[in-house]
Amino acid sequence: MSPIRADAKAGGARVVAPPRRLIRRRRYLSHVGVGLLSVMLVVWSVAPIYNMVLIALEPEGDVFNDQLWPKAPSLESFRGVLTEGHWYLEHFWRQFANSLFLGAMVTFFTLLFGSMTSFSIARMRIRHGWLVSHAALLTYVIPASFLAIPFYRIMQNYGLANNPWSVIAALVAFATPYAIFVFQEYGRSIPIEVDESARIDGASPLQIYRRIYLPLMAPALVAVGTYALLLAWNEFLYQFLLLSTKSSMTVPVALAQFLNSDQSPWNYMMATAIIYAVPPVAIYYAFRRRMTAGLTMGGVKG
Amino acid sequence: MMDGASVVDVGRWAVRRRTLTRSLRGRLQGGEYTWAVAFVVPYLAVFATFVAYPVVYGLWLGSEPSLYRELLRDPIYQGTIVNTVLYLALGVNVKMFLALLLSGFFMRPGWWMKVLLLIFVLPWAVPQISTFISIHWMLNGEWGFLNNALYTLFHVEGPSWLNDRWMALGAVIVSHIWKWTPFWTLILLAGRMAIPLEIRDTARVDGATGVRGFVYITVPLLANLYLISTLLSTIFLLGDFNAVYFVSGGGPADSTHVLATLGIRNAFDIAQPRLGVAAVMSALPLVIPLVIVLMRRLRTTEVQL
Repeated sequence: MSPIRADAKAGGARVVAPPRRLIRRRRYLSHVGVGLLSVMLVVWSVAPIYNMVLIALEPEGDVFNDQLWPKAPSLESFRGVLTEGHWYLEHFWRQFANSLFLGAMVTFFTLLFGSMTSFSIARMRIRHGWLVSHAALLTYVIPASFLAIPFYRIMQNYGLANNPWSVIAALVAFATPYAIFVFQEYGRSIPIEVDESARIDGASPLQIYRRIYLPLMAPALVAVGTYALLLAWNEFLYQFLLLSTKSSMTVPVALAQFLNSDQSPWNYMMATAIIYAVPPVAIYYAFRRRMTAGLTMGGVKG
Repeated sequence: MMDGASVVDVGRWAVRRRTLTRSLRGRLQGGEYTWAVAFVVPYLAVFATFVAYPVVYGLWLGSEPSLYRELLRDPIYQGTIVNTVLYLALGVNVKMFLALLLSGFFMRPGWWMKVLLLIFVLPWAVPQISTFISIHWMLNGEWGFLNNALYTLFHVEGPSWLNDRWMALGAVIVSHIWKWTPFWTLILLAGRMAIPLEIRDTARVDGATGVRGFVYITVPLLANLYLISTLLSTIFLLGDFNAVYFVSGGGPADSTHVLATLGIRNAFDIAQPRLGVAAVMSALPLVIPLVIVLMRRLRTTEVQL
């Protein structure tokens, strides 16, 4: 007891170097602290995901129990989803394809419009280009869900309800500002003299855009592309409002339909939720570095 | 010291850009000008059709004062305002403060921190719908994982979480914090990494370690990023639909709605779109100042980065 107190006193006076035992003790305590915090963080982060896996592994009808780990894990529900074996899952592959199509189109048009706009503003320096940047910035800070009701009514008036292109239009409109933002930031690292010399050699703006601008922007295109793809894949509200038939809806809308029914087959639902989560998680971990690069480049976006 | 340098830099840049622009504009000939316009037109068309038009149409839909009188009399709307304020105040601040602390924790060296960070960002990487549905089921009073765990580990009978207004709202807020803390931690971590090592080392030599280092070095240098992140997070959270819709579903008895979900509920569940727009529009007194501040702030960081 007393030597420890003496040590503590010695450590308190800053001039004297703390004795080795105290250093070791402090290091030990900090190790314990880091360990405890780590365990808490892992449990906290993983719990809902573990719950998903746990229920998906239950055999059918056995969801209502009080187990903390699967006693008899079965892949039955995954098989059920992949073979569309439950009446709720009749159109699973169709819906999966719808989600993929939506993601691909949103990515393509976001990259196309975003790169064209930023090329014109930042490289060709079009007059009043700042007005366009401001319009984009304004879109970026308006919550998309606030525009859902008027957007829905407009699409209904145009007869575009239940048409995937209405969702694609909405998502492109909300994803492109971020693209313009990031492209302008990234484009600063490419000297304007590159464009200049191409111009002097007689290249048209279209040629400069295709042969010089796009290849040099490749890293930013990848970052924004993954952003747009994940945005479209994860988005719910617009898809929920605008896609209502079973063959036109996407996976998240189908999942929500599950939730609203009285007898939800929870194991199938969780298996669907896991299969739906695999592509974005894989993409996220594959492009992790690029994505965080994009985040720091273009400010921040949730 | 750093600020002074960057201001000088920005100034020099602006001057150089202005002269460049002037000279370029002089040479931007007819054909090239047409190309420049043609490159902007697709986005402008998208903006006009799918952003500007819905904004104007929405403003028109929600322009009758009688709608707001009707809303204010509605007890569900009154509760929604309380919920929205609580959701904003707790959701944003607890999350950002946790992110600030955790970003410092993840600055520690070692392979374990790298692995832990990979696990820690999982909530952000997994789609919202999947995780929020899972949380919804976890909180089921009879068969949910949380109550099973409470009973098995501590022999405590957990309540049915989503049947009480305040517990359900708490569940929504905690779900939001669970989902978004990793993202903001990454942002603040990137901000901390950007603090030059020399500053840290100099400060350490001068005795600014631990709490003092945090107060005198980290906080001032991160303040700008933290502020922008908080503002952005406020506006994202204000527009958040999924957490409430999937975790509590607005229930029990429509007592845990926030403005975003109440708008959709008014417009589609009770088929009164004007009332729905009005509910959303009543957030404008908060949205407009936020948007103005953010537009300015984001522009200045754009220059500084």
